[in-house]
Amino acid sequence: MAELTYRAAVAAAMAQEMSHDQNVVFLGEDVAAAEGVFKTSAGLLADFGPARVRDCPISEQAILGAAMGAAMTGLRPVAEIMFSDFVATCWDLIANQIAKTRYMTNGQISLPLVIKTANGGGLRFGAQHSQSIENWAMAIPGLKVVAPSSPADMKGLLAAAIRDPDPVVVCEHKALLAAKGEVPDGEHVDNLGEARILRTGSDLTLVALAAMVPKAVAAAEQLSADGISCTVVDVRSLVPLDTQTIMNAVRQTGRMITVEENPRLCGWGAEVASLVAEELFEDLDGAIIRVTTPHVPLPAADVLEDATIPSVQRIVDAARKASAY
Amino acid sequence: MQVAKKTPDPLGDYPGPATEVRLELYRAMRRARVLEKRAYDLFLQNLVKGTSHLALGQEAIAAGFATAMRAGDYTFCTYRGHAHTLLRGASMSATLGELMGRSNGLLGGKGGSMHLTSVEHNAMGSYAIVGAHLPVAAGAAWSAQYRGSGQVSVCFFGDGTTNIGAFHEALNLAAVWCLPVVFVCENNHYMEYTAIESVTAVKRPAADRAASYGLDAVVIDGNDVEQVYALALQALDRARNGGGPALVEAETYRHGGHSRADPAKYRPAQEVTQWLARDPVDAYRARLLADGISEASLAGIDEAAAQEIDDATEQSASAPVPSLDLITRDLWNDGGSAWRN
Repeated sequence: MAELTYRAAVAAAMAQEMSHDQNVVFLGEDVAAAEGVFKTSAGLLADFGPARVRDCPISEQAILGAAMGAAMTGLRPVAEIMFSDFVATCWDLIANQIAKTRYMTNGQISLPLVIKTANGGGLRFGAQHSQSIENWAMAIPGLKVVAPSSPADMKGLLAAAIRDPDPVVVCEHKALLAAKGEVPDGEHVDNLGEARILRTGSDLTLVALAAMVPKAVAAAEQLSADGISCTVVDVRSLVPLDTQTIMNAVRQTGRMITVEENPRLCGWGAEVASLVAEELFEDLDGAIIRVTTPHVPLPAADVLEDATIPSVQRIVDAARKASAY
Repeated sequence: MQVAKKTPDPLGDYPGPATEVRLELYRAMRRARVLEKRAYDLFLQNLVKGTSHLALGQEAIAAGFATAMRAGDYTFCTYRGHAHTLLRGASMSATLGELMGRSNGLLGGKGGSMHLTSVEHNAMGSYAIVGAHLPVAAGAAWSAQYRGSGQVSVCFFGDGTTNIGAFHEALNLAAVWCLPVVFVCENNHYMEYTAIESVTAVKRPAADRAASYGLDAVVIDGNDVEQVYALALQALDRARNGGGPALVEAETYRHGGHSRADPAKYRPAQEVTQWLARDPVDAYRARLLADGISEASLAGIDEAAAQEIDDATEQSASAPVPSLDLITRDLWNDGGSAWRN
């Protein structure tokens, strides 16, 4: 096992898959010569050349359209949208074209492509460079969506997304880019649609995604000192959603909190809460609680942003409330 | 009405197609014509539902390009794409069956009139959001370039598309990457219900933008199937040999409205009359006769097309409606639509 940063894990996954398959090509803004504005494509141009690692104009529709056209004709493109907020400029390609084409054509066209994008807040970038858009993508039938929380998952899930025969949106969390972690040596390909239990407890299940995962783990540690024993589930993949792992955990604890970076309305946790309420009603010992960002855009100033995105303390407070039922 | 009267200069001394090609061009237009007319008739009988956007009057563009293209070349078209899909090789009955929502349809009934696709014929889809398919066509061309396959991507769209961002993004990328793609603007002079000239800053909606992307301004008579064919051969050949993209503006006219719901009353009567007199199918038929091709051979083509559309109508009308299990099929490559375990 080698220790890698999350950003290096992105590049490692790309290099692994570009070595594995000549049909994997990579395009985006500043991805080649500049090696990515977040340095997530370090070394790729040097190793794989300009035919496979292509700098694009600031033309998100062209980027995703090119990826779609290439995917339907034999390539496995990885398209980068620099900040996930920018998917709003090419949402037609994502929601109307890429997501729907296989279904509308009765299976004639497959689109093995990846849309990777820097997602999430915490860097004081303000409301148009900090959003969590995984819920936007999750709402569209035909898109798979993953949001890794660790370097190992980043490498393994991005690799799995590239090998997947369907369109996958991979959310790279900006606040995790410098995080370090052990990554398996050699080829590492994970599985989409598998949540992971990071910690097992008896009182409460914290269900978290991406940058909320380390916060949920930290909260669980604090709560443990108070005698509240928590299971922490890293959702990892929103579509497909591993409801079995989540539900098995909630069955053991009888209580569940979702920890979501997104604004309140229609976050992924609402879907999870709905499923648990519908299918595990008899097993619940208390109300499901959702910890989310308030239903506002993210403010820029550090004190404002930190007080807006769910914190360890807010998770701890919610857990105490949930345990009091 | 301003139409380029002669073949553009780059075609030089092109002698015109051989007789068998001329008959093929005529056959293609006639087949597209009977399909569109039948689609209209079936709509009135409520056997084609939803909406439909007919290419009546515009058949020469799809016919000229389809005849010039190689089997491996890609077609991308719009919601006005019945003719383009048919003429790449999709069967008449599968095309009509899709319009009629029957199980024999190209897409089993899941796509409908606006999304006709036949991948086995490299008809890579009909796109119903204006402009979306220009970058997709560029992507297929990129793939052909990367694979060194010698394929060319041909992308048809209307004049209204020239005012949406994806048009400009696609043209720029195609030019910068020198992609083998031919963009074909079918300028029928109306973006839906509005005259294109009233909402566009330049006179020629496509050709006047070509220079922005380092491309030649090319305007052809889109109602002259031989001119379309000749230009198509030239642009395809150039793209195939590394010459990069082309943008072609083909002037034409819709015989009817934008869609089923549109009676097209916004068009001046004189303009309509003038263009109806330039019907591409009738005009070509007269020209072939004048050039000595026999009435019998043309009538044979007409009769075969009439028989083909009658057979397709009967086959589609008697085909089963789609099975309801289709609803949850083929969202994913595994054939299903599961989003959870």
